[in-house]
Amino acid sequence: MKHLILIKAAAAALVLTVAAAQADPARDAIIATYGKAAAQPLSAARGEAFFMGTHAGGKPDTPSCTSCHSKNLKAAGVTRAGKPIEPMAVSANPKRYTDLAFVEKWLTRNCNSVLGRECDAQEKGDLLTWLSSL
Amino acid sequence: MNQTHTSKTAIAGAGLAIALASILSASPVSADSDEYFKPVDHAATKTECTACHMAFPASMLPARSWQAIMDTLPDHFGEDASLEEQTRAEITAYLTGNAAPEKSRIAKSVAKSDQPVLRISDMPWWVRAHDGEVSPKEFENPKVGSRANCVACHSGAEKGYFEDD
Repeated sequence: MKHLILIKAAAAALVLTVAAAQADPARDAIIATYGKAAAQPLSAARGEAFFMGTHAGGKPDTPSCTSCHSKNLKAAGVTRAGKPIEPMAVSANPKRYTDLAFVEKWLTRNCNSVLGRECDAQEKGDLLTWLSSL
Repeated sequence: MNQTHTSKTAIAGAGLAIALASILSASPVSADSDEYFKPVDHAATKTECTACHMAFPASMLPARSWQAIMDTLPDHFGEDASLEEQTRAEITAYLTGNAAPEKSRIAKSVAKSDQPVLRISDMPWWVRAHDGEVSPKEFENPKVGSRANCVACHSGAEKGYFEDD
């Protein structure tokens, strides 16, 4: 019984630690910027559908975000040239989405590769909201 | 004992191959590179290129190839690899400045082609080095994945060494 309480306490502490690790003022600010420019409130569900979906209009080798990042966002992806890509989920990679220039650089490139156009603030905000919740 | 025998056979085999090659081909099979290519030692080039793939040594391609690659970053082998102009210019200067010299065998082998060769794996020296050595299937092995993944087989690639592993 005592054992169980200890385990519960440890689990609660872990949840708190993870939550603390995920909160980052720089990331919150980036997401808030996209949120302000977006027409609708940001949605993790829409971000997930966008990320997991197959898109037309982009380059043939990269029809989806998952082409390189895979569907397991807590694990490393792999570039078409065979190099690992660090995990996208914030819980697995707390540095993610804390540098606006970096976020913008890669979203510009990758939206172009996958969709053949830039993503708008709504799409970027939805994506980051979902990836930050993982 | 067995090992000695194997290595002797290998040496004899290699000797025979070299002898055959020099009879059959006007240009010797061995690369003029000695399988060492100076690794990229330019910070921006290293940072930007290695985001997706190994920073391929500049001397693997002639200058006009690098120029063409850096002029078409928005469609970089099927992906958008755009850079802001200042970084792009800096990297272009490094790569063209350290490219295979015009008089090197590497540059001369493609000097007459109408279009610059963009893929290192399409360069005659690269094809020659892998032909018969690595089956095309090997490149599809998930652990390799791409001809651009030198380190999958050449463990010293990042340090410039591309000898057979």
